Amino acid sequence: MTIEELYETQSAELDRRKRLENRIYCCTAAGCISCGAESVKKAIADQIRSSGREGKLEVCGSGCLGLCSRGPLVYSERDNELYGEVAPEDAPALISSNPVDREQLRFKRADLEAPFFAKQHRIVLANSGRVDPENVTDYIAAGGYQALAKALTEMTPAEVIAEIRTSGLRGRGGAGYPTGLKWELVARQPTDTKYVVCNADEGDPGAFMDRSVLEGDPHRVLEGMAIAAYAVGAQQGFIYVRGEYGLAIQRLQSAIRQAEREHLLGNRILETGFQFRIDLRIGAGAFVCGEETALIASIEGKRGQPRQRPPYPPESGLWGKPTLINNVETFANVARIIERGGEWFASIGTEHSKGTKVFALAGRIQNTGLIEVEMGTPLREIIFDIGGGVPRGGKFKAVQTGGPSGGCIPEELLDTPVDYESLAAVGSIMGSGGMIVMDETSDMVDVARFFMEFCMDESCGKCIPCRAGTVQMHDILARLTRGEGTPADIDMLEQLSSLLKEASLCGLGQSAPNPVLTTLKYFRHEYEAKLKEPAGAGAGDSAAAAGGEER
Amino acid sequence: MSVKTLTIDGKMVTGAAGESIFNAAWNAGIHIPRLCHIGGLSDVGACRLCLVEIEGQPKLAASCLTPVEEGMVVRTNTPRLQAHRKLIVELLLAERNHICSVCVQNGNCELQDLAEGLGIDHVRLRYQFPRLGVDTSHERFGIDHNRCVLCTRCVRVCDEVEGAHTWDVKGRGRNSMVITDLDEPWGQSETCTSCGKCVQVCPTGALFEKGKTVAESRKDRRFLKYIVTARKEHQWIR
Repeated sequence: MTIEELYETQSAELDRRKRLENRIYCCTAAGCISCGAESVKKAIADQIRSSGREGKLEVCGSGCLGLCSRGPLVYSERDNELYGEVAPEDAPALISSNPVDREQLRFKRADLEAPFFAKQHRIVLANSGRVDPENVTDYIAAGGYQALAKALTEMTPAEVIAEIRTSGLRGRGGAGYPTGLKWELVARQPTDTKYVVCNADEGDPGAFMDRSVLEGDPHRVLEGMAIAAYAVGAQQGFIYVRGEYGLAIQRLQSAIRQAEREHLLGNRILETGFQFRIDLRIGAGAFVCGEETALIASIEGKRGQPRQRPPYPPESGLWGKPTLINNVETFANVARIIERGGEWFASIGTEHSKGTKVFALAGRIQNTGLIEVEMGTPLREIIFDIGGGVPRGGKFKAVQTGGPSGGCIPEELLDTPVDYESLAAVGSIMGSGGMIVMDETSDMVDVARFFMEFCMDESCGKCIPCRAGTVQMHDILARLTRGEGTPADIDMLEQLSSLLKEASLCGLGQSAPNPVLTTLKYFRHEYEAKLKEPAGAGAGDSAAAAGGEER
Repeated sequence: MSVKTLTIDGKMVTGAAGESIFNAAWNAGIHIPRLCHIGGLSDVGACRLCLVEIEGQPKLAASCLTPVEEGMVVRTNTPRLQAHRKLIVELLLAERNHICSVCVQNGNCELQDLAEGLGIDHVRLRYQFPRLGVDTSHERFGIDHNRCVLCTRCVRVCDEVEGAHTWDVKGRGRNSMVITDLDEPWGQSETCTSCGKCVQVCPTGALFEKGKTVAESRKDRRFLKYIVTARKEHQWIR
């Protein structure tokens, strides 16, 4: 495909759609599939066929439509309506051209003006639910690969990097390293062989952002990677995707195949001289492989264990070559930045955190699902306006951001805006975007214990603070939840937290104490209420208790 | 090769470019505690005992993996580092079974020396005592996993010096264990050359020579230096 053909394909597809009466999108992301989206899609397709209106009506799969708690979701393009909890029996009413028939479904209609939709700002998820992830033509019709064409023909690699730097985009994996700076570091390396790696080893409990992007709009990630490869001078890319994401793997495989067939990836991209291949590497279920040096070791076929940094991957990464590693969501932002310019992107968000962030809302919240909001949106707005608050009149207690590396934020800090610095200031992290809401039934000591158990199970075992420290911390937390803890236990918990934070080899161990530290900070009374001895006993008493144990 | 001058614990020290802080300190008579590091093998920075403070850097650095730099100001023994080291050794003592009084290595053990050096007279943590096996299927050597600290010296010496790569690690986190071949009994290993290097580098009584009883085992750690440097030094007989 040449660049002219890319534009021709787009206009031909758009013309074809103009002749359609309606195009119906069935959400075929993992959440909706698990509650029966496939049979809904099939019922609609069968209904279209039996009504003989195949040329007029079309049904296709789509990426995540957002409101996961009400799946299976169906979106009707003609009347811009979203239906939730759709059953196969609803197919005749859905495809009917008579508005009276469609009125039968009014109870299933979701209000697209509701805060859940109206308060979102979609850049990464712009195509999600609007393109068929299994069809490259759909992505091209939505303007796909035009940013790559623009970069290849109108921009030098240095200009691409400058644009990303102007945009202020920061790594969406959690740490928030400036993306443009990272690209520049890789581009500056004098070697011929370089690699671009996409980190799709999303492992935080309750997080499904990257999964939805890969399942709903895989080409956007491929395009972002190709632009990055052009900018840094790489010819080979890898996507490291966790093995549990079967559907994402399948969609990525088919997307790569289709893109190669259309010369959007491979040896002659858009018939220019630029080459870039992407291969998949499937993770085998280790959380630590989301850490970049462990991920590199795993791609190399070695035991997935982190190593000391520096040297950082931009200097010495995969097989010792300069390697650019970015997260799925980071790459998903790239095409739009090239298309609309860094200035445009920089106008969204806060001073130091630009653009938007995708969050996965989970836990005790009305609207479980995938949302994208502008950086700087207060947590309260996300949880109560967009998320709809705690269901069934429950009382909000805390929100956990950043998964096992993050922290629990209490109600009084809900006006904290979501950006990298503000979340760090309250002891949590931005993380990859998991947001777990807890109500008053949650026991915060047990929450800390749960996350510590996760870190203990996922510790790779290389360094002692993380391998043995998480075991001891979990031991103490389990004792506390059983009501067998002593004040000396809380003291030891704090000492171990400081050791893990400062002495662990990689981010897993360094951030493992965060859930403990934040719950100790904001919910210390819950820890103290669980002590075997009465809380508030003098220091002399606890010292005596500790001395007693020694004997 | 250029030379770098730096300050370690207030003392002016020089090191070759690329040399680790640990080595430069060692050569100047400043002995930083360590467990996974052993001269002659690659470093992995796993035990975290050799962490040091470097002025101007917020994070602690593993001295075995951090190269010396001109003008660096390093502190190796601050109260913070001492507290961390103490807790790390306590974590190790509580992790498996390190009852010295019934160990072949008693009195000649690096873990014991570390604990003594750091003034550890009791362990503040709960002993885990996992029930791990002992493999004595090899005719001359044995491994008691209960005494293993997972420093991976055996893995590295077997791979880097002997070239056999009989040893490796299986499992993760607290379930990590060193294994021979594909987790087969040591005695049935087809790659093991029975050279015994792994036994000599093991810091504790985990790897031992058969036929020794409590406190009788002595390990020869200097053989490694001999192997690595003999050719250069023309030292044909030890």
